[in-house]
Amino acid sequence: MIKSIVIAGVGGQGTLLASRLIGEAATLKNYDVKVSEVHGMAQRGGSVITYVRYGDKVISPIIPLGEADVLIAFEQLEALRWANYLKKGGLLISNTQKIDPMPVVTTKMEYPDDIVEFLNNRIDNCHFIDALEIAVKSGSSKAVNSVLIGRMARESEIEKEVWLQALNKIAPAKFIELNIKAFEAGYNYWI
Amino acid sequence: MKQLLLANEAVARGLYEAGVTVVSSYPGTPSTEITETASKYEEIYTEWAPNEKVALEVAATSAIAGARSFCAMKHVGLNVAADPLFTMSYIGVNAGFVIAVADDPGMHSSQNEQDSRYYAQASKILMLEPSDSQEAKDFTKKAYELSEEFDTPVILRLSTRVSHSQSLTSLEDRVNVPLREYIKNPQKNVMMPAMARVKHGLVEQRIAKQKEYAFGSDLNQMSIKNSKIGFISSGIAFQYALEALPDASYLKLGIVYPISEELLKKFAASVEFIYVIEELEPIIENACLACGIKVVGKELLPVTGEYSVELIRNRIFGDKPFSYMDGYDMAKIPKRPPVMCPGCPHRGLFHVLKKLKLTVTGDIGCYTLGALEPLSSMDTSICMGSGVSSLHGFNKARGDDYMKKCVGVIGDSTFIHSGITGLIDIVYNKGVGTVIILDNSITGMTGHQNNPLNGLDISNNPAKKIDLALLAKSIGIDRVRIIDPFNIEDSTNVIREEVNAMEPSLIIARRPCALLKTVKYKGLVEVNRDKCTKCRACMSIGCPAISFKNNQIEINASLCNGCGLCINVCKFGALNKKEEE
Repeated sequence: MIKSIVIAGVGGQGTLLASRLIGEAATLKNYDVKVSEVHGMAQRGGSVITYVRYGDKVISPIIPLGEADVLIAFEQLEALRWANYLKKGGLLISNTQKIDPMPVVTTKMEYPDDIVEFLNNRIDNCHFIDALEIAVKSGSSKAVNSVLIGRMARESEIEKEVWLQALNKIAPAKFIELNIKAFEAGYNYWI
Repeated sequence: MKQLLLANEAVARGLYEAGVTVVSSYPGTPSTEITETASKYEEIYTEWAPNEKVALEVAATSAIAGARSFCAMKHVGLNVAADPLFTMSYIGVNAGFVIAVADDPGMHSSQNEQDSRYYAQASKILMLEPSDSQEAKDFTKKAYELSEEFDTPVILRLSTRVSHSQSLTSLEDRVNVPLREYIKNPQKNVMMPAMARVKHGLVEQRIAKQKEYAFGSDLNQMSIKNSKIGFISSGIAFQYALEALPDASYLKLGIVYPISEELLKKFAASVEFIYVIEELEPIIENACLACGIKVVGKELLPVTGEYSVELIRNRIFGDKPFSYMDGYDMAKIPKRPPVMCPGCPHRGLFHVLKKLKLTVTGDIGCYTLGALEPLSSMDTSICMGSGVSSLHGFNKARGDDYMKKCVGVIGDSTFIHSGITGLIDIVYNKGVGTVIILDNSITGMTGHQNNPLNGLDISNNPAKKIDLALLAKSIGIDRVRIIDPFNIEDSTNVIREEVNAMEPSLIIARRPCALLKTVKYKGLVEVNRDKCTKCRACMSIGCPAISFKNNQIEINASLCNGCGLCINVCKFGALNKKEEE
C-alpha cells in the first residue's frame, strides 16, 4: 500500500506545517514516509505544492501526475491548477477561500468564477469547505491548515488519536490548543 | 531510532556524528538548512561567512589546521567559491574536509540551472551524490573517511528535491575525532608553481586510485534483475527511474566523480539495452560513450528542467497520465508567481523607482521580485553583487549624464557578500551614480539568517555591526543618505537629488523585513467609500491584500498586515487604519 497526498496552496498559508503533520502521523504508524517541501522564493505568496507519501515502501518523494489519492487545496484556484495530480476516483478536499494572484490583481486576467461547480462536475469525490471561516471561529485565520487536515483525517485510515498525537508534536507549543480546536472542527465538519 | 528528516538536516546530523567541529557557510536555497541545523549542535562551531569564497577558505583551512570541517552552498555559490576549490584539490587536507553543493534543477529558487558535477570534473575532486535523507547522512560520514584516505576535499552533491524532501533516517552517536596534529609543510600547503607542479601529478594519481576504489565501493549499487533492459542513474533521478522502471536492472552511482569505467563496462556486459537517466547535463552518458558503451540518454530525456516519474514513463513507454483536467485549457488558469509579502519594505522603494522611471540594475534577493508586474522596476539582474557593478557598466557605456536616470539596488546581506567590491570600483574608477542598499536587517529570501549588518551571529548572540555610512565614507563616498522606503515623499526627493549629483552616492533604504517577529504593525487598513475615487493608485504597489472587486477597492483582511504603505500612496485620504478595538 502506498498513499499519496498532494497539498497545494499559496505561499504563507501553512501548507508546510500540514505536510509535516501528515508525515508525522504516518511515522507514528510506522509507515515508510517521504515528504517533499518547498522553500525559498516560491514561499513568497507563490503557488506552492508539497507531497506526502506513506506506505510499505516509498520510492519517489514526488507524486506522479494522475496518481494522488488525495489533493488538499488551500485555495480554489490552486485546486483547479493541481487537480491533474488526482488519480481516477481520488479525493479532493478544497478550501473555498479565494486569494487573487497578481495577474488578477493587475486585472490582466480574470479569476475563474465557476471553479466549485466545474470541479464538482468532473470529480466524484469532491468536497469544498470554508476552512477560513471555521479557522476564524476556532480562534485564528492561521489555523486553516488544521481545519483541512482534520477534514482529511476523517477519510484516512490513520486513527484520530494518532493525528492528535502528531499535532501535539508538530504544532508550535503556543498554538497547540488552537490547532486541536481547528482540527476537531474540520474533523466534525459535515454538510 | 528513525526520524523523519530533510536531507539537509540529515547532512547536518552526519556532520555531528562524524565529529566535525568547524562549519562556515553562506546561505543559499536549497542548501541553507544544513548549516542552520548544524548550528544547533553545541559540539560544532558554526558561522555565516560573508560569502561562499570566504566560507570555503575558512573551512578548508580548518581542515589543514587539523579539524574535520565543512561548508555548504547552492550551485551558484560554488561559482563564487571556485577559486579556492580548484587549488584545494591540489593541497588536499589534513583532517577531513567536505563541501556540500545543492543544485536546483527546475530553478525553484535560482537564476540558472548549472550542473555542479562539472565542477567535480574540472577541479578533480571526488564527488558523492545521495538520493534520500538516510544516504545524505551516511554519505556525509563516508565523505570524511574518503577525504582523509585520499587526501582530498570531497564534494557532496545535493539537489532541491533531495535537500527538501524528508525521509526516515536512523540516528547514531557522535564519534569525537581529536584534532589532528598540524605540521608546517609549505610543499603541501603553499601553492606556488614549483609546489603545484608536483601536486598536479599527485592529483592525477589520486584520480586513478579513486576509480579503483569506486569500482568496488558499495556507494555504487548494481542490481541485475533483467538482462534486457537496465538504467544508470544517480541522486533523485534514481528514485524517479526506479519507480518508472521497477523491473529493470540498474546501476546507481553514489560516486559521480570519478566514474569507474570498469564498473560501467561490468553493468553493460549484463544488460542489453541501457538508459542513462540523469537530470541536467549528460555526464554519466558521456562517461559511457567515452568507453564505448552504447546508451540512450539525452536523445530521449531533456537537459533542461526537473525529471519526474511520469516524464520517464512518457518518454520510454509513451504513457500519458490520467487527468481530471483533460480537455481543459490550462492557460485559462491565472499563474501565481511569487510576490513581495504584505508589509514588505521593498514595495515602497520600487514604487518610487517606478514613479521616477529609472533604469534599475538589480541583484539577487526577495527584491528581485520588483522586476515583476505591477512594480516592473528592474532592468538587469545577473548574480550576487551585480546590482552595484552593473550600474558602473551602464555608466561607462552610456556616460555620466545617463546616471541621472539610473540606480543600482542591492540587499544588505548581498552588499556584504559581493557588493562592496563593486562600490569600490565605482569610486576608484571615477564613476558616478547612485547605489541603494535595501537594508531590511536580515538575509530575507533564504529564510532569515543574520548577517554582519544586523548585529547578531548565527546563534542570535550579539556581534559587531558594520556601519554602512562609515564604510561608504572610508572608501571615498561623500554622499550617504538614509531613507525610510515607506516615506514615499522623502524617498522620492532624496533619490531625485542623489541621481542628479555627479558623484558616487549611497542611499540606505532602511526598514526591517515584515516577517521578522520584532515587526508588528497595528490595525488593518479599511477603505472610506465616500472618499475613494476608484483611481486604483493603491493597486500600483502590487500588494496582494488590495484588489478591485465588484467595482470597488477591497482590502483582504486575512492578508493585510497593517503596514500602511497604501495609505501613503492614496492622494484622497480614502485609506485609513481601522480603529483598534
